[in-house]
Amino acid sequence: MKRTVYRELNLSPGLLLILGLLGLVVAAGLGAAWYMEYYGHVVTGMNNQIVWGLPHVFAIFLIVAASGVLNVASLASVFNRALYKPMARLSGLLAISLLAGGLAVLVLDLGRPDRLIVAMTHFNFKSIFAWNIFLYTGFFVIVAAYLFTQMGRGFGRFVRPAGWVAFVWRLALTTGTGSIFGWLVAREAYDAAIMAPLFIAMSLSFGLAVFILFTLRSCALSGREFGQDLLLRLGRLLGLFIAAVLYFTAVQHLTALYASEHRGVEGFLLFGDSIYTTMFWTGQVLIGGVVPLVLVTLPTHGVSRVAIKLASTLVIVGGFVQVYVIVIGGQVYPLALFPGMEVSSSFQDGVIAGYQPSLPEFLLGMGGVALALAIAVIGMKTLRFLPESLGDEAVDLQPEPRTGAVT
Amino acid sequence: MTTRRQFLRNTGAFTATLTGGATLIAFAETQAKSDTGGRKTRWGLLIDVARCPDGCSTCVSACSEENGWGDTGNRLTDAQWIRKVMVTDPQSKLSRSLPVMCQHCAEPPCVDVCPTGASFKRADGIVLVDKHICIGCRYCMMACPYKARSFIHEPLQDQKSHAPRGKGTVESCTLCVHRVDLGRLPACVEACAAAGHDAMLFGDINDPESEISKRIAQHPVRKIRADLGTDPGVSYENL
Repeated sequence: MKRTVYRELNLSPGLLLILGLLGLVVAAGLGAAWYMEYYGHVVTGMNNQIVWGLPHVFAIFLIVAASGVLNVASLASVFNRALYKPMARLSGLLAISLLAGGLAVLVLDLGRPDRLIVAMTHFNFKSIFAWNIFLYTGFFVIVAAYLFTQMGRGFGRFVRPAGWVAFVWRLALTTGTGSIFGWLVAREAYDAAIMAPLFIAMSLSFGLAVFILFTLRSCALSGREFGQDLLLRLGRLLGLFIAAVLYFTAVQHLTALYASEHRGVEGFLLFGDSIYTTMFWTGQVLIGGVVPLVLVTLPTHGVSRVAIKLASTLVIVGGFVQVYVIVIGGQVYPLALFPGMEVSSSFQDGVIAGYQPSLPEFLLGMGGVALALAIAVIGMKTLRFLPESLGDEAVDLQPEPRTGAVT
Repeated sequence: MTTRRQFLRNTGAFTATLTGGATLIAFAETQAKSDTGGRKTRWGLLIDVARCPDGCSTCVSACSEENGWGDTGNRLTDAQWIRKVMVTDPQSKLSRSLPVMCQHCAEPPCVDVCPTGASFKRADGIVLVDKHICIGCRYCMMACPYKARSFIHEPLQDQKSHAPRGKGTVESCTLCVHRVDLGRLPACVEACAAAGHDAMLFGDINDPESEISKRIAQHPVRKIRADLGTDPGVSYENL
């Protein structure tokens, strides 16, 4: 096995500029959170029908991606793929960073974020939300320990068991996140066991896309090599994950369409004339699924570096749209108070609700993204997470049948 | 500068207040049990839809007045503890108007999903929100099949001392718990009767001798989304 040398990032003006910009966005996010807290959620686009808005979309995307990004490390430790070993540390760091960013958004969007201590001291163990608090905090501890076994001297024998625990935990975490929706019996758009595996597939896809772009950018900025073949392998893996998301999405909607009780909400989401139908087909399925899948798997035209970068970007854009359609699209459709009957009231019963995301919500979400990136960058500056080279000669490229030529 | 005498006096007054409050709560619980001879009380409502006129919102106004919520000019974010819902059969176009509020379920999804336990069900079946430990996550609003809960989106003014509310927390119909614990009727029920409609009946649905139990036993009633198994404490007659 080839020896990997890790090195911290140099404190260059470019790095300082990046950290400065990220700091500004984090500050804007904190300002937005304060504004929402001070004036109340009335300054957001949320209301009594759309109770979870854009901040939740950001938070859920980051949390889902956090567990997925750890997969690169799992491939090395759990599935013994030596190719991915040099990237395992960065995978762990990014997992912690993304989760921290997502949770920061989630907490700052609470009606009473000042009561975080209450959430950490009062538990209703029947609530999947309460379980998630343990899953999230446990994830931090487990991944930190996993990183310690990889980076501390003399702990090498613990890497594999720690990798297994982290792998199982990350599956549990995403199951928990999906079940937040899957266990909502009252909402027709949710209330399905498939939400858990769907979220796991989403995490694999979004997480790997984030990892590819982040690692490529980090290597480029620090003058480190990133191998063509290595990227090709990651691209192929991404293709597999994109296909998994499309598959689970298809099963999710086909199952719902089959039950006549869900045809209303499915018709609204899939065949309506609202923004959510456009977002579903154009954003989620086409931009986030079909196009990137074609980009990374077309054998006849070869797969280029640019194609994989573009595919990863599209997966992130489409993934964000997918979470938006799930979170917001699922809420705008009215509750069935009296199934089969028409209802109306002064409280938006029986009507498709509107939702306009506000600037504070967007800034809060972006603040979470910036926080996640800043933690990852500071981590790479402080400790040895990033290999000196991820060039093809520096990693163990095991023989694999090639379906496309790197151009 | 606080003198030692003042400090002791203030501390004594504070302790006396706390003790008094705790005693009252304990007394209320004891009385609830003794009144029912050990049987568990479950407060509920029976709404006779046939007696509930279209366009009448006396119950809504009474609740709003009693509990201090209401129109602040922001229709989408204003709280509504109780609302009139118009239900129409799409084929016959026959309509009925009825009040919908927290259904005080025996198996409340809001209580199940609340991460901190702020959503809770009292021993007498009344489902409430503990304002001190609600973190404002709104998961209960996602889980409630009746859209019975509201989030307080704005700073509050002129609150009622018997119905404390809090910006950034979730709230819903308390079944006028402050009245019920004193042996009085919920404001909506009282107002409906005062208006001459008598469409709302309040009582212990676990007591077979209560008027509400007898009515429920004698007439077919419906519960909203009974299929979800939440076992609402609110029943509807002539729906």
